[in-house]
Amino acid sequence: MPDVATTVPKSAPGEHHLTQHKFGDHAFKWLTLFMALSVFALIGLIGYELAHGSTLALKKFGWRFLVSSDWDPVSEQFGALPFIFGTLVSSLIALVIAVPLSVASAVFLTEMAPRWLRQPLTIFIELLSAVPSVILGLWGIFVMVPWLRVHLFPWLKSTLGFLPLFQGPIYGVSMLAGGIILAIMIIPIITSVSREIIRSVPGLQREAAYALGATRWEVTRIAVLSYAKKGLFGATILGLGRALGETMAVTMVIGNRPEIAKSLFAPGYTLASVVANEFTEATTDLYLHALFELGLVLLGVTILVNALAQLLLKTLGGPGVKGQR
Amino acid sequence: MNAPNHRWRKFKNVLMQIVTLACALLVIAPLCLLFYHLVKSGFSALNWAFFTQLPKPVGEPGGGMANAIVGTFILLGLAATIGVPVGVLGGVYLSEYGSNRLNRWIRFGADVLNGVPSITWGMVVYALMVVPMKGFSAWAGGIVLGMMMVPLIMRTTEEVLQLVPNGYREASLALGIAQWRTIVQIVVRTALKGIVTGVLLALARVAGETAPLLFTAFGNRYWNHNLSDPIAAVPLQIFNYAISPYEDWHRQAWAGALVLLLLITFINVSVRVLTRDRLAQKNH
Repeated sequence: MPDVATTVPKSAPGEHHLTQHKFGDHAFKWLTLFMALSVFALIGLIGYELAHGSTLALKKFGWRFLVSSDWDPVSEQFGALPFIFGTLVSSLIALVIAVPLSVASAVFLTEMAPRWLRQPLTIFIELLSAVPSVILGLWGIFVMVPWLRVHLFPWLKSTLGFLPLFQGPIYGVSMLAGGIILAIMIIPIITSVSREIIRSVPGLQREAAYALGATRWEVTRIAVLSYAKKGLFGATILGLGRALGETMAVTMVIGNRPEIAKSLFAPGYTLASVVANEFTEATTDLYLHALFELGLVLLGVTILVNALAQLLLKTLGGPGVKGQR
Repeated sequence: MNAPNHRWRKFKNVLMQIVTLACALLVIAPLCLLFYHLVKSGFSALNWAFFTQLPKPVGEPGGGMANAIVGTFILLGLAATIGVPVGVLGGVYLSEYGSNRLNRWIRFGADVLNGVPSITWGMVVYALMVVPMKGFSAWAGGIVLGMMMVPLIMRTTEEVLQLVPNGYREASLALGIAQWRTIVQIVVRTALKGIVTGVLLALARVAGETAPLLFTAFGNRYWNHNLSDPIAAVPLQIFNYAISPYEDWHRQAWAGALVLLLLITFINVSVRVLTRDRLAQKNH
């Protein structure tokens, strides 16, 4: 009969157990803390290496680097303005195209689509988020740009040609092509993150709205979208961060010409593209340092965007979202 | 008064369903086209030599990407060794421990890192490893990809752990199970599928990264037997071939793209199936 005899000795190791718990808990907590803090170590490393790598250019050009649009490796004159312009404009085009499409698709996938269609479509879009930048760039060069040049751009020019944005000669490779390829790149990620967020909205929210007699769209708008607002902003920022940083696909279709043009049909150049193209060709120290400074500027822009996004999230995350914490 | 309003609401309901459907189709269209062209142009260029031979010199037709395919696997292995433990454990900290204020900063930091352009990572590791080691290397390539995986995995891990109901934790702690074991055996295991999906998304993303490899792994036209030497990778090869003026190299670029995408899809699908099996077993 295993009664008192076996249970009594067990209470003594029980205390021993507690100290073991304490040690295990502490060790595990410190281990995870250490790993979490590696984020700051990495940020520090990035900042240090970029700043260290660009000292010569920082010293020589100062703030002029940001507002000068000269880029002449031969006479060693370097300015970042055309690249900053190109990065911001191409990302903006991408967001304007991608965000509405992505959020609408996510809503379709979670709220509207018949049940049998949801799974295959979701898997398909997740598959798309795995398409590497360089493959999209390959497709961009050989399929999309020729199509844009022959079909979409002439049509845009004839219908919206009164705007300065859609004037001028059409080369195919252009700021707009860069923006479109970026949009294609970030749509899957915004969609799948939005979908996750919408799916995590409790069913009770929807049921409550249905119980009040709301239609499916009204349920989506009132119970789901307003509840998921904060998360959807997060998804957008994730997309923006990715768009700013994308290199390969953009490099392959944007035209790589360092000038600031009004027309979206004109070639552009982004911070990331110029580094990708010229880094291994940088023959002088100053040239290399100027490229490192471009990297520093790119880092600055992304941090600024992220900080701005966090600020927006704090002020715009409505009451429905606060309850989520 | 009531009836027309009702009709309008119903109409709007149908309209919005159609609009969202149209958006979903528009999202899928370019990607269908991409797959179509990949299969059409890539499949015809695929042959046995592509998987078994080294690239041929300029002008000579034929050859393959065997070294790049192996190189990509080596780089991914190096990257996962660094990225997965750091990312998952960091995500655990964010979800399970820590004060609100510190976590907000860490989360902010991870978001900033996620926004750091891949090309910038390449420059950093160039300065960190390539310059001191006086040469491009597989190590540098693996490390840059591993570093890029950390914030991705950290954030997805945190997100899925947050979805685990608090009742699970409370129930486990109430049974006298240590917190760390509660986390490892209850919380993490419950969310394992999500964590694995996050890791896979991260792996799939870095598997196709080209920009950070440009100045770290650099690429190599021959076999690499030493991790301190430059190493070939499929994405690098695709890029170099795509921007080259040679028709034959364009065909190889398409073939490489098809293989790379199949590889990524294969990783994605197979591990998804594996995790589903394990969950099913546990439920029995």
